[in-house]
Amino acid sequence: MNKPGIDWHARAIQVAFLAGVIALWYLVGATGKINTVFLPELPRVIEKFGQIVQTSRLYENLRVTLTELVAAFAIASTLGLTVGYFVGRSRYAALVFEPLLAGLFAIPLIVFLPLFILFFGIGMESKIAFGASYAFFPIALNTIGGISQVDPRFVTVARSMGANDAQLFRRVLLPAALPVIVTGLRMGCIIAFLSILGSEMIAGLRGLGSRVAALAEGMNTAEMFAYIVFVILLAALLNTMLTKMQRRFSEAGQAP
Amino acid sequence: MGAIDINNVSHFYARPDGGTVETLNNVSLEVRKGELLCLIGPSGCGKTTLLNIIGGLVQQVTGEVRVNGKPINGRPSPRDIAFVFQDNTLFPWNTVLDNIKVALEFQGVPQSERQGRAEEAIEAVGLKDFGKNYPHQLSGGMKQRASLARALALRTDVLLMDEPFAALDEQTRMYLGEELSILLATTNKTIVLVTHSLSEAVFLSDRVVVMTARPATIKATIEVPEKHPRDPAFMASPRFAEHRNELYAQLRAEIEKTVGGFVGNAAARDRQRRAVAGQAAP
Repeated sequence: MNKPGIDWHARAIQVAFLAGVIALWYLVGATGKINTVFLPELPRVIEKFGQIVQTSRLYENLRVTLTELVAAFAIASTLGLTVGYFVGRSRYAALVFEPLLAGLFAIPLIVFLPLFILFFGIGMESKIAFGASYAFFPIALNTIGGISQVDPRFVTVARSMGANDAQLFRRVLLPAALPVIVTGLRMGCIIAFLSILGSEMIAGLRGLGSRVAALAEGMNTAEMFAYIVFVILLAALLNTMLTKMQRRFSEAGQAP
Repeated sequence: MGAIDINNVSHFYARPDGGTVETLNNVSLEVRKGELLCLIGPSGCGKTTLLNIIGGLVQQVTGEVRVNGKPINGRPSPRDIAFVFQDNTLFPWNTVLDNIKVALEFQGVPQSERQGRAEEAIEAVGLKDFGKNYPHQLSGGMKQRASLARALALRTDVLLMDEPFAALDEQTRMYLGEELSILLATTNKTIVLVTHSLSEAVFLSDRVVVMTARPATIKATIEVPEKHPRDPAFMASPRFAEHRNELYAQLRAEIEKTVGGFVGNAAARDRQRRAVAGQAAP
């Protein structure tokens, strides 16, 4: 397999695109024709960003959001992988539950957020529960897909050589399904991050999302934008980590 | 007692519409120790089903199968029997060497012996330098050799091969056939091989068993008394052509049943026409 080399040409276009967006932001601000409450000037946001990274408030909010993310992702992965494995093993269970889970996943769960607040309170617990509930679906669905789509010939071969259930799982089902499962984990992590920030913004006292919402309400747009830039950087970091993880798992001899 | 004893084995399965399909009808066969026996017959006749019953992957409905005297009843017997399947069934996530080591793990070989036996097996099939390659990095012929190495590493008395060369081009399969003949002469394994190829059957077999169209019964058994390893020159010999023709003569009527052909009918019509016209047969 070819090592996925870096296409410098494509990379240059991507960087140019981002630079263009930033330049446009700067130029629009420089004309002075846009109300800075709607779009603060870029130098002002940079200045604010420099200030907030020196405050403990940012790190306290970051800690809250990351704790929620880690907890939600851990719960969603444990439940999603377990449910996915048992449903995926049985053709009939997959037939029954796969469409059911896919249907539930299609419901915008955000409408149930008030219930989560009611059950788990306004603190971190409701964000964890909500993020875990949402992230559970892509993880479970991909695990079902991965396990149930393992080529039955591989199972037959393993059985003919005397593989027991544990060996079959560890040596055949898991490696065969891993690329699909890892994709599910990646989607689950991103969805957990998204729903945690969303629920913090709607009803939260702490965390990056609630901070952004509070700044917006206070018309403090420059600082809000600084927080948004921080969230974007965090999301980019998360995405890079997930991509690295996914590449590692799909590179282990999994090419067609 | 042979290496494999098959007594009155029948098999059928239920169709989704409620009917049943009879695949094997009362098949009895003894495979001698150390011989290579080919099963040949029209497509879909039940050769593979018979092979899978011998290997314990499918359970017969009635009858008895014994391998090395041990009854086989729809449960694999990995200590006695190894398989080589038609398509490449190596695990794509393992290297060639790891594929063989995993097979040994499944069979219950202690970990300390696995590396050595796996290396020995890939050397036996000439893949010594490809142990660290993944299956997708190998050609079709090399993949099948790696599959063969995996089966050999299990050191079973019996090797069951289900059209192992079917997915390969003709020259590759001829070459692998020669290799198999050499291996056969040195390992003294009992091999049952399912094939579609008349030449392959004659070139490799000690005996060829011709099966009828479904439900399969044994129509004829043709002996090929020729020492292993067999030379490619054997293929050009009149003896080879004779065996091959005999095999085709036995098979033709069965193939006609499956494809609904007209060759036999045309010949019959021709005979009839000549009889009416008072002509002697040519």
